[in-house]
Amino acid sequence: MDIHALQQIVHKTRDARRQQTIPKFSPADRDQLIHKYHPDFRASAYRPIKFGPNEGDKTVVELATLLEGDSSIQDNADLTPQYSCDVLVIGGGGAGCAAALHAHGAGAKTILATKLRLGDSNSVMAQGGMQISVAPEDSPVTHFLDTLKGGHMENDHALLKVMVEDGPSIAKWLLELGVLFDRQADGNLHVKKGGGSSKPRLLTCSDYTGLEIMRVLKDEVINQKIQLLEFAAAIELLSDNQGVCTGAIFKDLDNQRHVVVAAKSVILATGGIGRLHIQGFPTSNHYGATGDGLCLAYRMGAKLAHVDTFQYHPSGAVYPEQLIGALVTEGIRSEGGHLVNAKGERFVNELDTRDVVSSSIIRECEEGRGIRTMSGRVGVWLDTPLLDAEHGPGTVEKHFPAMMMQFERFGIDISKDPVLIYPTLHYQNGGVKIDTNSETNVKNLFVAGEASGGLHGRNRLMGNSLLDLMVFGKRSGLTAAGRAQSMKQGALSLRHVQQFRAEAKKHGNASGVISPMILPAYTRKV
Amino acid sequence: MAQELNENVIDQPEVMKPRMVTIEIAGKKVDVPEGITVVKAMWYAGMDVVRGVGCLGGFCGACATYYRTKDDPKVRTCLACQMAVQDGMSFTMMPPFPARKATYEIQTLQDPKQDLFNLYPEAPLCRNCNACTEACPQKIDVREGVWKAVFGDFKSVSEMFMDCVMCGMCTPVCIADIAPNLVALYVSRAQGAHFTDKPVGLDTRIKEIQDGIYTDEWAKILKMNEKELAAHCATVK
Repeated sequence: MDIHALQQIVHKTRDARRQQTIPKFSPADRDQLIHKYHPDFRASAYRPIKFGPNEGDKTVVELATLLEGDSSIQDNADLTPQYSCDVLVIGGGGAGCAAALHAHGAGAKTILATKLRLGDSNSVMAQGGMQISVAPEDSPVTHFLDTLKGGHMENDHALLKVMVEDGPSIAKWLLELGVLFDRQADGNLHVKKGGGSSKPRLLTCSDYTGLEIMRVLKDEVINQKIQLLEFAAAIELLSDNQGVCTGAIFKDLDNQRHVVVAAKSVILATGGIGRLHIQGFPTSNHYGATGDGLCLAYRMGAKLAHVDTFQYHPSGAVYPEQLIGALVTEGIRSEGGHLVNAKGERFVNELDTRDVVSSSIIRECEEGRGIRTMSGRVGVWLDTPLLDAEHGPGTVEKHFPAMMMQFERFGIDISKDPVLIYPTLHYQNGGVKIDTNSETNVKNLFVAGEASGGLHGRNRLMGNSLLDLMVFGKRSGLTAAGRAQSMKQGALSLRHVQQFRAEAKKHGNASGVISPMILPAYTRKV
Repeated sequence: MAQELNENVIDQPEVMKPRMVTIEIAGKKVDVPEGITVVKAMWYAGMDVVRGVGCLGGFCGACATYYRTKDDPKVRTCLACQMAVQDGMSFTMMPPFPARKATYEIQTLQDPKQDLFNLYPEAPLCRNCNACTEACPQKIDVREGVWKAVFGDFKSVSEMFMDCVMCGMCTPVCIADIAPNLVALYVSRAQGAHFTDKPVGLDTRIKEIQDGIYTDEWAKILKMNEKELAAHCATVK
């Protein structure tokens, strides 16, 4: 059927739905729903990791294979460094920029290396906002409790406490750099309510929050003349003979040459795993989200946390075909947008946590109340025109210009017609285990941002990622810089790779792949 | 699993039976399925793309592309991840353009509106050709923005350029050698850092944290066992 004909039920039921209140699930019902429908509980997608620091722990097959993968570096590789620095930051997204700026600001000689361009990242796409408890009726403690509840009580308390307490000073830092957060009439920061949060706490720059922050941070990295290595993909870390991290080897993607960087500390800010398309899911992630940092850190002996849990953002686009997997911001639901099945019914409180909302969408689709496309995809409606009906004409256009434009390019006016959505692979809840200084169990190896684990428990709350990047980028940068003065550069060796290879051999070199992946293999081979 | 009724299926004949179309990528003719995005067309054609792909969501500006549709002399611009191919289309990615970016310490600027002319002396030399506006894939009125910057209306510039993905396609077309996106970035940052109210509530909260007003509450919470903490979380509504 024509899409417009199918959308009629959404228009027809709108007024009746506006009278409805859908209660949130009780903890017991919520657990039951998630266990039945959330992709994290599809046992066949998981297997135990065969060796290494997390031997026996289960994760998705795609990631386990890469973690057990071999290094592309030969034992006898030339390790003469082309560059030396105090702090080597790997990754050019939000966490990487924040780490580099703080390390540089503290006087450390800093290099920022990234496999794409500075700023090409997931951070730049963050639309929903950044959670910081600035409202009078809110507090860092409430932020802590909301996040804990959202993370199924499994968040690392120490990490979470420093994140919520550092939040307000991060907002101040960004404002001083010129970030234009939305304001109230009295000049105070405007806050929006996000899924799973009890108080309005999202700082926003319309629906361009990540873009605005990244424009400013990138500009500042360049203004501060921090040395950049772009199109340089990290392919191995370096260690001294005590197993302390001392640098990294990169592949220059322009000329395929290896570049060795000696560093007193290394900060991995390499982001997530969306482009592994685990369980066949489309993804909202950027081109380079292939989990490189996880593989590098794991080979060096860093322990991972919560790598069995991933976030499937409830609203990835299903139609048109060109936008499959692209994110439809949660901001739409924050402002009252309903999720509607093929029968015109709501089926979940739209502001419940992401895992609950995603599970309920999957339930609707599996039980036959979804809308299918001829290409075999399925989804439910997100009633975007409701926002104009509720808050006045022009609301969608004013509050969600990025999303309006994205769909407009394919002839769809989301202020007039609902959009079809289904969960999309969005975020790795876990990652490399860190302490409150962002350091791993490998000395002088830091991890910041999505690549790190523990902070978000089993489900990250909307808006907590941008804050995570800034807080742990800062903490890693300052700690690494603070150490540099009293430290000598350690020896550069591949001892950890040799040890890892010996381990792999005991397990039959089963993986058969080289990791990290660097970029997904999208080029068609005929 | 129940089966949906047929009426709950959206027509997508273009996806089910893709029509092959002939396009030109950097001057080379290739056949690709109609309607896929420009960047996917390159992958389909067997090209490895490293430079020129970033977020794949229309936000990072890495995939700035020039294109022309069949028989139309007009060369247009797009983001390769956000544009569908059509028969007879011809495109090529924009190489990195060597625009000059001024460097500055945003926080210590003495007179940001005057400093604009020191940092970007070419900004007031706009000759009103409007090519920048026509080149913007984000539909920003770039020319108007440059003039507003020059006349000191930093607030309007910062609002107009909130959509800017820094693809830089406004720059190579400028006959006055202005890099409008970089001018607007400076202006927006100056607007935020120098001409926007300081939020009083934020300073209050920072001071509260420094003064330790939450210390007792933290102590209480961090002492709780798992069950108590879960019960406490449940009381937060």
